[in-house]
Amino acid sequence: MKKLMLGNEAVARGAYEAGVTVAAAYPGTPSTEITENIAKYDEIYSEWSPNEKVSLEVAIGACIAGARSICSMKHVGLNVAADPLFTASYTGVNAGLVIMVADDPGMHSSQNEQDSRFYARASKVPMLEPADSQECKDFVKQAFEISEKFDCPVFVRLSTRIAHSQSVVELGEKVDFKLKDYNKDFNKYVMMPAMARKRHVEVEKRMAALREFSNTSEINKIEWGSKEIGVITSGIAYQYAREVFGDVSYLKIGMVHPLPEKLIADFAKEVKTLYAIEELEPFIENQVRKMGINVIGKDLLPVVGEYSAQLIKEKVFGEKVETKTLINDVVPVRPPVMCPGCPHRGMYYVIKKLKLTVSGDIGCYTLGALPPTECMDTCICMGASVSAAHGMEKARGKEFGKKTVAVLGDSTFIHSGITGLIDIVYNKGNSTVIILDNSITGMTGHQHNPTTGFTIKGEPTRQVDLVKLSNAVGVDRVKVVDPFDLKEFEKIVKEEIEADEPSVIISQRPCALLKDVKFEGPLKINSEKCKMCKMCLKIGCPALVDKGEFIEINDALCVGCELCTKLCSCAAIEKAGDNNGKA
Amino acid sequence: MEKLNIMLVGVGGQGTLLASRVLGAVALKKSFDVKVSEVHGMSQRGGSVVTYVKFGSKVYSPLVEKGDADIIMAFEQLEALRWVEYLKDGGKMLINDQKINPMPVIIGKAKYPENIIEKVKENYNNIVSIDALKLAKECGNIKAVNIVLLGLMAKSTHIEKDVWIEAIKEVVPQKVLDINLKAFEAGYNS
Ligand SMILES: Cc1ncc(C[n+]2csc(CCOP(=O)(O)OP(=O)(O)O)c2C)c(N)n1
Repeated sequence: MKKLMLGNEAVARGAYEAGVTVAAAYPGTPSTEITENIAKYDEIYSEWSPNEKVSLEVAIGACIAGARSICSMKHVGLNVAADPLFTASYTGVNAGLVIMVADDPGMHSSQNEQDSRFYARASKVPMLEPADSQECKDFVKQAFEISEKFDCPVFVRLSTRIAHSQSVVELGEKVDFKLKDYNKDFNKYVMMPAMARKRHVEVEKRMAALREFSNTSEINKIEWGSKEIGVITSGIAYQYAREVFGDVSYLKIGMVHPLPEKLIADFAKEVKTLYAIEELEPFIENQVRKMGINVIGKDLLPVVGEYSAQLIKEKVFGEKVETKTLINDVVPVRPPVMCPGCPHRGMYYVIKKLKLTVSGDIGCYTLGALPPTECMDTCICMGASVSAAHGMEKARGKEFGKKTVAVLGDSTFIHSGITGLIDIVYNKGNSTVIILDNSITGMTGHQHNPTTGFTIKGEPTRQVDLVKLSNAVGVDRVKVVDPFDLKEFEKIVKEEIEADEPSVIISQRPCALLKDVKFEGPLKINSEKCKMCKMCLKIGCPALVDKGEFIEINDALCVGCELCTKLCSCAAIEKAGDNNGKA
Repeated sequence: MEKLNIMLVGVGGQGTLLASRVLGAVALKKSFDVKVSEVHGMSQRGGSVVTYVKFGSKVYSPLVEKGDADIIMAFEQLEALRWVEYLKDGGKMLINDQKINPMPVIIGKAKYPENIIEKVKENYNNIVSIDALKLAKECGNIKAVNIVLLGLMAKSTHIEKDVWIEAIKEVVPQKVLDINLKAFEAGYNS
C-alpha cells in the first residue's frame, strides 16, 4: 500500500515495521512529529521525557534490556544528550538503538544552525541520511540492523525539508522482533576506566568494519549518467542537485559517517569534474579533499542557510533566475507573534511597564523579544534564563538583580530550568523566576509534559506540582497568579523582585489554542465610547488595528480573551455578538 | 499534465497545512508522484507561511522556485503580494481578499500596501480574488476558509471534482466534514 507521509511520520512507520517497542523523546522542531506518530502505535511504549538526555538514557536502558529502541531530538537536543551518547558508543547495544536527530538549515525554528554530522564523527557512531520519506522508513529499519550487527547506536539524520516534506511511501510488514535475552555483562555495560579502555579498542575495530561496510553497502549508491560531471551528495541536497545538474553522475551518500572512501575514490576517477553538494558544513567535501581528490563545493556554495535548486544553480553556474518585479510596493515582513488570547501577553505587559531586565528562554514567550513587547534581553538555550539571571546578579550585584527576572515556560523549566533554580538557592542568589505555566508545551505544537498531568498518549498521570517542587529545592516565596489579572500580577512581581531571597512566580493560564479553552467570541469597539487613548494597543495584540481615526478589532482574529478590556478606561470594548458563524 | 507546482501562502494559523494535505491526497489518487513541503514550528504562530505542493511523474526537490509556480493560493492579500513573483508566465493566483496586519504595520513601523488585488490584477493575467472568509462563515465556520479556496482552485485544474471530494473526506476530521464539504462547494461554485 502506498501512502503520502511526512518524513517524520515515515520514520515512525519504520520504527514500527522494525519491531521497536520503546520510544522516548523530548519535542523539538523539526523532529517532534516522529514521536507524535510513534505514539499512535499501540505496540510501542512511547514517552515524552523531561529532556533529551533523559530520553536517550531511557532508550539506552531499553536497548540494553533487549528491546529495539528509538530516541528522537532536534539538533540542539543532541547537545543535551551528548553525555550519554559518547559513552553509549562504547557500551554498544543489545537490541538495536537508533537516535534520530533533525537539523534545521535556515533556522526555521532554531537558535543555531549546528551540523550534527560532527557528533557522529566525534562519538564514533555511524550516521545515515535519507533523502525522502521512503528512505526515512527504509533507513530507520536498516539502522536497526546495522546497530545490532556492529553493536553500536546508529544515528539517522534528518533536515527540516526531509522531516517536514510529505512524499510517497510504500508500506511494509512489521518484522517479528522478539525481546532479546538480557544478560548482565559488567565488561560491556559498566564503563569504569578499566572496562572503558577495553571498549575503546572495540569501538575502533567497529569503525574499521563500518568503513568497509560503507564501501560495499547499497545504502551508498552511484547513479551513472554523463561522466562530464560527478556529484557527491546526500539528504535533501541530493534532491536539489538532481534538479540542477540533470543527467550527470551522482554518488548518493546514504551513510554519511563513516563515508565510503573507496567508493568515492572510484567514482572520482571516472568523472571529469567533481562536486560535493551538501548543506551546512563541508563535512563530505573536506574528507574527499583529505583523500587528495579535487572537489568543488564550499568555494562556491555557502555554509550558511538553507539551499534550494535555484541557489545551487546560481552559485555553481552563475545562472541568475530572471523574475520581473512588477509591483514596487514595499512588502512589510511578517514575523511570528504571540497568538490572540496568549497568556504570555499579560505577563509581558507588566514586565514592560516595570522596565525589568529579562533573562529569557526558549518557547512561545521568546516572541516577546520582538516588537512591540521587546521584553527579552537574552535567549541562549533551554533553561539558561534561570542560571543566567543568577549570573547577572552575581556580576552586577543585588540592585541589578532586583530589576531582573528570569522568564521561562513550564516545559522549559522541567527540561533544565530546575537545575538553575537549585543553583540560585544553593549559592545564595535572590533571583525572581517567572514560570509561564500554560498547561502545555506550546511552541512545538502542544505536547504534554510532566506539569500537564497527561502522558504522550493522553493518559492521566501524576502531575509535577511546581509550587511544591520550588519549595522543596528551598524557595520559600512561591506565588501563583493569573497573568490576565494585570493589577495582581504587577503587585506580585514588584514584591518578589524586592525580596532578599529567591522567588518563583507561577504565571498560570492555559494556552489559548488548547481545545478546552473557550472564550465568548470576538469583541468590538464601540466608537461612541472610545476616546482613542490607545491604551489597548499597549498589549500588542494582532487583532487590534489602529486605523488612524479609530481602532478596530479584526473579528477573524479576535478570540475574545478580554485582556484589552482591562486596559480600556472608557469601557468601549464590547462583545461583538457575532460568533463567526459558529453555532 | 506533466507537472504541477502549487504554492499555498498565508499567515500561520490560517489552515494552509490542511489544504496542502488535501492536495497531497488528490495527487495520490491521480497516481502522481508528489511532494508536499510543510511549515511546522515557529512561523505557525502568526508568521508568513508557505507550503509547496509538487505533482509530476517524478518529483525531486520539494520546493517551488521563483517563477515556477503554476498556481498560488494566497490566503491573505499581503502574502499574495509577497509571493506573486513565484508565478510562472501564465500561472494563476487565487487570492482570498482577507487582510491581516503584520506586527510592523500594527505598531506603525510599516504601511500595509494599498489596493493590492487591483495592482496584482493589473500586472498579472490570471488572478482571481474571492471573499473566502464570508463564504466560510456562511458555511458555518470561518476556519473553513482553506477549503473554500480549495474549491475555487479545484475548478481551475483538470482534476475531476469527485477526486477532490474524496480527498477531503480522507483528510478532514469527521466532526467538521459537513461544513467543509459545503465550503468546498461554495468555493467551487463561486
Ligand atoms: C535542547 C532543546 N530542545 C528542544 C528545543 C525545542 N523547543 C523550543 S521551545 C520548546 C518548548 C517550550 O515549551 P514551554 O517552555 O512550555 O513554553 P511555551 O512554548 O508553551 O510558551 C521546545 C521543546 C530547543 N530549542 N532546545
